[in-house]
Amino acid sequence: MAHHDITVKVQGVEHQAKVESRLLLVHFLRETLSLTGTHIGCDTTHCGACTVLLDGQPVKSCTVLAVQADGREVMTVEGLEKGGQLDPIQEGFRQEHGLQCGFCTPGMLMTSYALLQRDADPGEGAIRQAISGNLCRCTGYVNIVKSVQHAAAAMRSTPNPQTPQ
Amino acid sequence: MEPKTSAAVCGMGHSMKRKEDPRFIRGQGRYVDDIKLPGMVHLDIVRSPYAHARITAIRTERALAIPGVLAVITGETLKGFNLHWMPTLMSDTQMVLPVEKVMYQAQEVAAVIATDRYIAADGVDAVEVDYEPLPVVVDPRKALEPGAPVLRTDKPGKADNHIWHWEAGDRQATDQAFAAADVVVKQDMYIPRIHVASIETCGCVADFDRVNGKLTVYMTTQAPHAIRTVFALVAGHVGLSEEKIRIVSPDLGGGFGGKVPVYPGYVIAVAASVVLGKPVKWVEDRMENLQADSFARDYHMTAELAAKRDGTMTALRIKTLADHGYTDAAANPSKFPAGLFSICTGSYDLQHAFTEMDAAYTNKPPGGVAYRCSFRVTEAVHAIERVTDVLALELGMDPAELRFKNFIPPEKFPYKSALGWEYDSGNYPAALQKAMDKIGYAELRREQAEKRQRGELMGIGICSFTEIVGAGPSKDFDILGIKMFDSAEIRIHPTGKAIARFGTKSQGQGHETTYAQIVAEELGIPAEHVQVEEGDTDTAPYGLGTYASRSTPTAGAAGAMAARKIRAKAKKIAAHLLEVSEEDLEWEVGKFFVKGAPQKSKTIQEIAFAAYTNHPPGMEAGLEAVDYYDPPNLTFPFGSYICVVDIDRGTGEVKIRRFLAVDDCGNIINPMIVDGQIHGGLSMGLAPALFEEISYDDNGNISGGSFMDYLVPTAMETPSWETDKTVTPSPHHPLGAKGVGESATVGAPPAIVNAVVDALSHLGVRHIDIPMTPEKVWNILREKGVAE
Repeated sequence: MAHHDITVKVQGVEHQAKVESRLLLVHFLRETLSLTGTHIGCDTTHCGACTVLLDGQPVKSCTVLAVQADGREVMTVEGLEKGGQLDPIQEGFRQEHGLQCGFCTPGMLMTSYALLQRDADPGEGAIRQAISGNLCRCTGYVNIVKSVQHAAAAMRSTPNPQTPQ
Repeated sequence: MEPKTSAAVCGMGHSMKRKEDPRFIRGQGRYVDDIKLPGMVHLDIVRSPYAHARITAIRTERALAIPGVLAVITGETLKGFNLHWMPTLMSDTQMVLPVEKVMYQAQEVAAVIATDRYIAADGVDAVEVDYEPLPVVVDPRKALEPGAPVLRTDKPGKADNHIWHWEAGDRQATDQAFAAADVVVKQDMYIPRIHVASIETCGCVADFDRVNGKLTVYMTTQAPHAIRTVFALVAGHVGLSEEKIRIVSPDLGGGFGGKVPVYPGYVIAVAASVVLGKPVKWVEDRMENLQADSFARDYHMTAELAAKRDGTMTALRIKTLADHGYTDAAANPSKFPAGLFSICTGSYDLQHAFTEMDAAYTNKPPGGVAYRCSFRVTEAVHAIERVTDVLALELGMDPAELRFKNFIPPEKFPYKSALGWEYDSGNYPAALQKAMDKIGYAELRREQAEKRQRGELMGIGICSFTEIVGAGPSKDFDILGIKMFDSAEIRIHPTGKAIARFGTKSQGQGHETTYAQIVAEELGIPAEHVQVEEGDTDTAPYGLGTYASRSTPTAGAAGAMAARKIRAKAKKIAAHLLEVSEEDLEWEVGKFFVKGAPQKSKTIQEIAFAAYTNHPPGMEAGLEAVDYYDPPNLTFPFGSYICVVDIDRGTGEVKIRRFLAVDDCGNIINPMIVDGQIHGGLSMGLAPALFEEISYDDNGNISGGSFMDYLVPTAMETPSWETDKTVTPSPHHPLGAKGVGESATVGAPPAIVNAVVDALSHLGVRHIDIPMTPEKVWNILREKGVAE
């Protein structure tokens, strides 16, 4: 099995590693970098538990090879909290009971975070569309929709330099 | 109900934000696959492509030649330890690994252990197995025909595929009532195989410490204590002794019944760890999860209802054929092979009922787990709520009117049902009336009539269900002889903070929060200062675990009772501190005060400090208690659901326009969490009603074995659920609470089917089996000549 030297920036920090061609990004994150917040719920790109941002775009890291992330930037759930300050999307999920078992939550958070980067005031339909690649078995989605709206409202009322308004 | 405690104490009735969430929203949960131990190796499983075949050879040389492959375990390896078969919870037997033949597609055949999960998978590919295919039986009706191939040739003398016959009720009196009835309706219905598909699959890390002889298993289990005892009983002969077994159930990514059974993968991982002396991780992938883990449902039912011409129901008869796969590995209390199916008289005052069931072996995976319900209650409720609507059609009566006419009247509680249950409390007319008022039932009926004129297909469906949860009283309920009590152990620290441990195990229900609120309610210690722990058998008191909505009815009650024991001791300490007699003291949240002199008081925190620093002479120091709660009865949550659907005549697609759930789970501990439980339950009711099914072709090949074709609803298919409640406390639960986690899974499917059938009833449709896929509905529309 061929190996490759890759450099991947994760939450802004560069990581260099020698990886097998076949190593999935999700295993690189979970096992090589010990970032276990990104979960694996299927192997067929259906459940979205493994969603991370690759150059700002949500991708399902169970169907991205680690080598495909070479030279690029990854953000995982562990990167949401900055300087001890929860991201509004994390606070939204907590306030609106948008999670139960917590297993789909990291993927849901990353997908929702990406949505709020491009849409400051998404309606219910837009939120449901955005998270339609992320399965949740516990919440029935109602409170996830509310969580995203909660975060959107918080972000609109306190402009964050990172968020285009 | 207004909370008795302040927001700072956060007892019952407060929508406290969950104590679990800070770790989950940061990706800091600790699930099984997150556990990494020094020297840990990985296990992967070779699975059968055949549903029924004799194994003629297993060649492992190529696998063992792969660098990094450490071992291959087969049935022959385990046979050396007499561990190739294991008992099921229903006293049947299940293969851990086969030595002779495989009985279903995807059955475990061998296991490869390697230094890395990729190499283990390479090893699985390299194991060569020769099979000789055998005749396959997938239909339980055919399985019971004379001359069907006998599947369980391992059982000496077994000459057919019949597992058991079960019945409840008075057959003769019921037959007589049917003979005397003005109207009789009869409906066949099939509830197909489905799978809980929790987003986290199953797995474990088995860690056998050769020096100390201690086995620790981090495991996706809803019932860690029961698992420990099962391991000790099953593997005692190879030296595993219960004090040397520690089961840890860490954070679980959903359970829904699928994490109750002992799967072969766990046992193989334990065996591998013992043999290799290294920690062994096994985590199944989604296809293994869907194809081999325990299924739910698979009941072929015929329900009959007898009534007077005015709509008064007089008798119910249900005959069921249960497909159990190749072994009966259902997760039921031991005395209940058909679970609590005898709740099938539902919410109605039926004088006569009789139900019987036969179970059959087929070439399918074993199971019979709950899929978020209390032991076959979903199947029972589906039967009664569907056949009630069939009767309404037969009589030309509004389904709401028929239900009001037959509801058990509120004044008849506690109510003894024809099949022997004592319903604790209920007010069924109130729940249905509330649902009808809130959704605007009369207006919806008017709209439907108008739309029908225009050829549009709109339906309104009602389900008024009664659940039976909280197993259970020890006189009837046990699992392998272990009574189904549950437990709590509370310790108050000198500074008045508490740790509380329970015998149950949350899988997302929020026990760390609700149990803390129970302790806060009873002792006045702020819930934020009550640390709740579960899932580690070395520290938690013995309990039977979390499933069947039993946590609040059993362990929650134990928490209240343990807190009351602490309060009784606290009263003695307060009397000592205040220099009065106990009789002179009164309790209000968080403190004892002297009657008539409320300024003379001691808070629970002051009392706790005194318990360690100034306890009365002759009294033991400390402030703690344990309670093993044996519930006097089950709890009977109920509700009325109304579903409004529109059906697309072009595609057959069922669109749920509105769905209102009015639930009654007695007194509520955390309204936010209860609402969330209902939302989730509704979604897991929607799923089998419209989407999910695991089916097999004649050769036993599975369809529905991956998320490609096992359709778990996304946010797009899931409606925006509406909820409301009534509150009828349980008279026997110390907090007046009932279970709630599964009500909606039970109540939603019949409401949806009733709505779809209602939309098509004018075309002569009386019943549709779930899942009501667009294809199925469109074919009905085409047959009736209304498809566009």
